Amino acid sequence: MSLRIAALSLLLLATIASAIGVVYARQQSRLAFIELSRLGNERDNLEFEFGRLQLEQATWAENNRIDQIARGRLGMLPPAAAQTLVIKR
Amino acid sequence: MNARTKPANTRTRLYAVFAVLGLASSALVVRAVDLQVVRKDFYQEQGDARYLRDIDIPVSRGTIFDRNGEPLAVSTPVESIWANPMELLEHADRIGELARAAGLDEESLKERLVERSDKEFYYIKRHLNPDDAQAILGLGIPGVSSQREFRRYYPSGEVIAHVLGFTNIDDAGQEGLELAFDSWLAGEKGIKRVIRDRLGHEVENVELVREARPGKDLTISIDRRIQYLAYRELKAALAEHHASSGSMVILDVPTGEILAMVNQPSFNPNARGNVDPAYRRNRAATDVVEPGSTMKAFTISAALESGKWKPHTPIDTSPGTYTLYGHTISDVHNKGMIDVTGVITYSSNVGAAKIAATLGRDEMYDVFHRFGFGEVTGCGFPGESPGNLPIAKNWGPVEQATIAYGYGLSVTPLQLAQGYAALANDGRLRPPTFVKGGQAKDRAVIDPQIATTLRGMLETVVHPPGGGIKAAITNYRVAGKTGTSRTAIGGGYQKKYISLFAGMVPATAPRLVGVVVIHDPQGAYYGALVSAPVFSKVMDGALRLLDVPPDDVQNWYTASPDSGHTVRMARQAPDGAQVEPDYAEGVPE
Repeated sequence: MSLRIAALSLLLLATIASAIGVVYARQQSRLAFIELSRLGNERDNLEFEFGRLQLEQATWAENNRIDQIARGRLGMLPPAAAQTLVIKR
Repeated sequence: MNARTKPANTRTRLYAVFAVLGLASSALVVRAVDLQVVRKDFYQEQGDARYLRDIDIPVSRGTIFDRNGEPLAVSTPVESIWANPMELLEHADRIGELARAAGLDEESLKERLVERSDKEFYYIKRHLNPDDAQAILGLGIPGVSSQREFRRYYPSGEVIAHVLGFTNIDDAGQEGLELAFDSWLAGEKGIKRVIRDRLGHEVENVELVREARPGKDLTISIDRRIQYLAYRELKAALAEHHASSGSMVILDVPTGEILAMVNQPSFNPNARGNVDPAYRRNRAATDVVEPGSTMKAFTISAALESGKWKPHTPIDTSPGTYTLYGHTISDVHNKGMIDVTGVITYSSNVGAAKIAATLGRDEMYDVFHRFGFGEVTGCGFPGESPGNLPIAKNWGPVEQATIAYGYGLSVTPLQLAQGYAALANDGRLRPPTFVKGGQAKDRAVIDPQIATTLRGMLETVVHPPGGGIKAAITNYRVAGKTGTSRTAIGGGYQKKYISLFAGMVPATAPRLVGVVVIHDPQGAYYGALVSAPVFSKVMDGALRLLDVPPDDVQNWYTASPDSGHTVRMARQAPDGAQVEPDYAEGVPE
């Protein structure tokens, strides 16, 4: 008889523990989801920032702009054949 | 106790109460079963629909890079302001405020909202930068929200507009590579389920229904630097010759990768608006031209393959005309007795026609077809034209003669480049590709020996007295062919010319093939004068950018640096006699 009571109370305790476990797991999953969303947003924002920076760099490095600055402002020219020396190996 | 009370009555009343209670409770049970079991799905759905929402998670489109990793098309997030017309119209007094903030006309905004008053969604203004969007949202007007979207930017603008194409306002590819690789670049929207309150605010994320799969990046074969060079020189040539349009294609011979593809006129893909569709066409792949004399390289390939002709087999082109079934074929100058090489050097129509007359039409068709004419190249560009190579059984003797010098068939500049690349690649044709590292399988189209012989013949074009000396490049050997044809219109030819040049450098071990096509130049119209200089300028820069070692240093040493002579002077005819190059080519009347 006392064995049955012991078994029953053990099962009861186990059930309560499992119920609390479920609640805990649920809470953890919610926290993890929030963290995931936050990190996902952060990643997205960093990627967007990267995209914008790439775009900015590409705009500054636009060939036409480089060409005009090199020729116009800096007075650069491609070397003529007469100014080039070929080193034979 | 009352006398009227009867025990029997008590029992009856008890039954009656039981019966009523029983009925009532079974009604409740039936209703409960109906709600919970029979119609559960319906009510569950209805309930969910009132607070659960599936929301799209927007994904950004993949970036397009050039072969060196320079970004060519980048998506950046923007905010689109939208409103729920029903809710907004309840606060109609604030529409004016909204219109001012968004820079819209109040009356027309109101009108459009009223039109859509039974809808729940209406875009007020799309693609704002995040700061401006925040300013509008900051007004706190009921029913107004923002949504993240992406806008595509093309930092190289019109230089590479035709190849990339563009996307529409919903970020879907509309033309060019944006369309061809749409599913690769676009990715897949994610969906998440959230709980929303009555006002549409998200209360809780429930679950991720489908994970967002962002678009993948694409690295294409174009080299932005060479592309720009080609763009600049082509544009300058068009302006100089007052030409109407033009294209240039540069292929990497060993891999078939398209290093540059430019067209004029062009358009700015960053400005969405009404651009003339003619400006948007990638003429190099979608428009056909009659190749004119550039086709002679393939006619001579067929002649050499037949075994009936050798490079030095003599052929009489006097008196500079040749009449075939009443159709007169003429050269610009009578060159008299020349050999097969001379047909290429002097671009003799008569010579090409006479050679073609000895070849079977199936034989000639077969060679042209093997070189890829009459079929799309397989590069996958949307709307690519296969050109037009009439089938052999439709060739009469006159057709065969005209096809031999590039009339009566049509090709795209890309096809022409592909054909020349096969000659450059020792007779192995490798279909062109727009993807870096995406080289297609090559196939043998002509004997390697014939390809080498033809390269030698094509080199003579770029030296006096050949017509293409303006294609010469300092310190490099160039092999190529000029061409001039006329714009075909229904049933005849217009008095509008097309100048072509197709060539390869360095001729000893070709690395690059370039084709230049310029439509309707005014004044001088020969390919030798209009297109060849563009080829020279662009290829000169491309060889330098790609660090291709010079293969003509002998001339370098004799010409520079001490002698002060230019290399081109060192290339005068061996006997020292000044030979006037002959730029003119036969153009049929």
